[in-house]
Amino acid sequence: MIIRFQLDGTSMRIDVEPGTTLLEALRGVGATSVKDGCSHGDCGTCAVLLDGRAVAACLLFAAQVDGSSIETVAGMAGEEGLHPLQSALLDAGAVQCGFCTPGILLTAVELLKNNPTPNELEVRQALAGNLCRCTGYVKIVEGVLLGADRLAGAAGGS
Amino acid sequence: MGKFAIVGTNERKVDGRALTTGQPVFVGDIPPRQGLLHLALLHSPHAHAEIKAIDTSRAEALEGVALVLTHLNTPAVRYTTAGQGHPEPSPYDARMFDTKVRFVGDRVAAVAADSEEIARLACELIDVEYDILQPVLSLEEALADGAPVIHDEGDALDVWAAERNCASHVVASAGDVEVGFPECDAVVDVTCETHYAQHVPIENHIATTYLDEDDRLVIVSSTQVPFHVRRIVARVIDVPVHRIRVVKPRIGGGFGVKQEVLIEDLPALVTMRTGRPAVLEYDRAQEFVSSRTRHPMRVRVKLGAKRDGLLHAIEMEVWSNTGAYGTHGLTVLSNVGSKTLPLYNKAPHVRFWGEAYYTNLPVGGAYRGYGATQGYFALETAIDRLAAELGMDALELRRRNHIRSGETSPIFAALGEGREGVEQTITSCELESCIGIGADHIDWTAKRGRRRQEGDWVYGVGMSIHMQGSGIPLIDMGAASLKMNDDGSFNLSVGATDLGTGSDTILGQIAAEVLGVPLEKIIVRSSDTDLTPFDVGAYASSTTYVSGMAVQRAAHDVAEQIKSVAAEMLKVAPSEVELTNERAGPPEGDSVSLSQVAHRSLYGENQRQIGALASCVPELSPPPFLASFAEVRVDVVTGKVEVVDFIAAVDCGTAINPQLAEGQVEGAVVNGIGYALIEEMVFDRTGRCRTTDLGRYKIPSIIDVPPLEVVLVESFEPTGPMGAKSISEIGINAPIPAIANAIHDATGIWLTETPFTAERVWRALNGQES
Repeated sequence: MIIRFQLDGTSMRIDVEPGTTLLEALRGVGATSVKDGCSHGDCGTCAVLLDGRAVAACLLFAAQVDGSSIETVAGMAGEEGLHPLQSALLDAGAVQCGFCTPGILLTAVELLKNNPTPNELEVRQALAGNLCRCTGYVKIVEGVLLGADRLAGAAGGS
Repeated sequence: MGKFAIVGTNERKVDGRALTTGQPVFVGDIPPRQGLLHLALLHSPHAHAEIKAIDTSRAEALEGVALVLTHLNTPAVRYTTAGQGHPEPSPYDARMFDTKVRFVGDRVAAVAADSEEIARLACELIDVEYDILQPVLSLEEALADGAPVIHDEGDALDVWAAERNCASHVVASAGDVEVGFPECDAVVDVTCETHYAQHVPIENHIATTYLDEDDRLVIVSSTQVPFHVRRIVARVIDVPVHRIRVVKPRIGGGFGVKQEVLIEDLPALVTMRTGRPAVLEYDRAQEFVSSRTRHPMRVRVKLGAKRDGLLHAIEMEVWSNTGAYGTHGLTVLSNVGSKTLPLYNKAPHVRFWGEAYYTNLPVGGAYRGYGATQGYFALETAIDRLAAELGMDALELRRRNHIRSGETSPIFAALGEGREGVEQTITSCELESCIGIGADHIDWTAKRGRRRQEGDWVYGVGMSIHMQGSGIPLIDMGAASLKMNDDGSFNLSVGATDLGTGSDTILGQIAAEVLGVPLEKIIVRSSDTDLTPFDVGAYASSTTYVSGMAVQRAAHDVAEQIKSVAAEMLKVAPSEVELTNERAGPPEGDSVSLSQVAHRSLYGENQRQIGALASCVPELSPPPFLASFAEVRVDVVTGKVEVVDFIAAVDCGTAINPQLAEGQVEGAVVNGIGYALIEEMVFDRTGRCRTTDLGRYKIPSIIDVPPLEVVLVESFEPTGPMGAKSISEIGINAPIPAIANAIHDATGIWLTETPFTAERVWRALNGQES
């Protein structure tokens, strides 16, 4: 079946089997920034923004996103370089192997859109579905809070 | 101690931009090649069985199936998947496919097909007739008289005593414990048991293979040991080493499980047989059912001390469950003692005995901590019990007995990794400071022994101290090559394997420091057997110390060459030239830029490539040290344990990149807390793993972790690169004993079995056996 959606601002028209998951479909068209950690909705590694909301791509059928907009980390960096959250995670040392990083970044984007100045607990609650085995999460929390500060600073300055 | 410019700073990871922008840097991100074959595996449904007959005709007839592999059409080479240096210390007790299956999840067959779906479907069409044997499903059953013999194949090599399921055996001693114990005023005797756990890297195992334009086999794998993969796969599938190239791109975590050469042989053989590219990717369930685990163990520690608290005799006995195969069985077993006993070097009488036994359960492997984790549970809870016996503060008892700078332990020489060790004297140890910092943070004096209660919660504090090593002395090797480019930048090539730890970054920092350039001028390439020099890979906490020293040596060599060219240009003596801020010259006076030096050497006079190749085989393995303190609270009604506060203070020598070093400890401690409290592989009565997804096998999430403080207490290790030691493993050893000791402080119960689940604690609180 043919589905149409926006992927990081690009119009996509792809042919998928009815049983194809969104994760399979995205990786199948080369959107490999979306990672597969468990295929069961347990790890959050495959999170993407579906019309602005963070969802597990492995738990949706591709057909369900027909007509929607999908955002991945591949579309986060702007002309002038890394998105402030990407820079903040790096500056905080929150990236080790980096496999869970795309899912964490996108979940954090959603959080900061709804709550630009979260406290530590709110960051932890928002990221409760994103497993990381490398960092112990300390620097992920620091990174998201740093990113929130920088984004708030930039917004305040404009 | 020198002052550093680049070393000791929190440089961004050199691969950070690629990782945060989602570049296709992992094995699974590589675009599929034309004609790619997908592999699926048929695993054994039985814990112990002979394969009487296997019929693959229905599978082979399925459209889209290219090849079916079984024991009937694959090499019968005995080998070990352990992924260690050569000669390999693990027994050669495995085959690609055997006529016998030894655990639920063992390999029976593999199918290569046009799609993963077809390959999986074809696996279901393979008809296997099993002769089911009585399984051995616990250490007790393995040790029982008349137990079924798991490795009765007859052609296995280096199995200690197959007839009694003993894979490996280790003994070592110093002094005479038979003399020592009777001379003691206080003796405690503790036996602790640890459980099956899995590494759970977020990226599963994956390897892809193809023939390149020169008909050479390329293996792109998520591995910690590319050079061992090349050597081992070459032998198993009988392809010469020179025809194989192994590439490790970015990998999504390893923690030891990717030291195992677990899957590369299969796509490699498929590609050699069919000429087509192939890929094998485990799913999450396979990581639990058919990958590698932490060896469960029973560890007995007997400690004896004089009235003044000085340890006089230590005995440690270990019964390790290595599962169906003996990978890392011997060396993990050795490290239970060799990475723990030297910490208490005051005792003149020490004895270590251990054996690893086969069972029909999943296979033990390398797992961060590598035996020390299991050993420290018994040792560090025994220390607390001894303190109680002596009526002494547990912190004070440790202070009186732990090893210090300038001291040695006879165990260093007596017990190594699968063989005798190497004598060494400690040349850096800030454990005393680590203990002080941790005690202050947790408020030890005010809280210890107070048993504060709030409603149903009782509070307690506990501590533990630890050491690990920095590589395997006289065995490990790392090499690095460095060459200079026109613009004064450098290509650094290392065999060292960055598995997400940031080793590419810190190795680049070491080179940048020596050469007086910013990190961005060091272009780091790692882990490609065609393009980078040899390295044993990422294990045994070796990379910073071993590969780092190779990098430092190569950089020093290159620096000398630069100085010599600059001296020619400046008409000064080379010894006057210093390298700083991308320039070369005497501290006072004219200087030339590194790009001028490079231009002269490449295009000008006396032309030559400035470059160097250097190796390091360490003679020592200087331990990092760690003191950890936990505050816990226990719900006396339900038995639930919560960690309220945790601090780990670590001496890792110079922290090349403090932020990355902290991250290693934070990650290791949280993995250790998960192992202590929630993570457990559970098996049914037939040996089938029931915890096959991340819903049933819980690893800590961001809301599960307690407040965690990591403090780096710097020392300077004179034998290490820029004064550095290792950092990556030691943190995982801390949570079990620190939490167990804190639970005792809160409740008065001694837990001797992990994990400390609410049920187990409730049973102990209510006087029931766990």
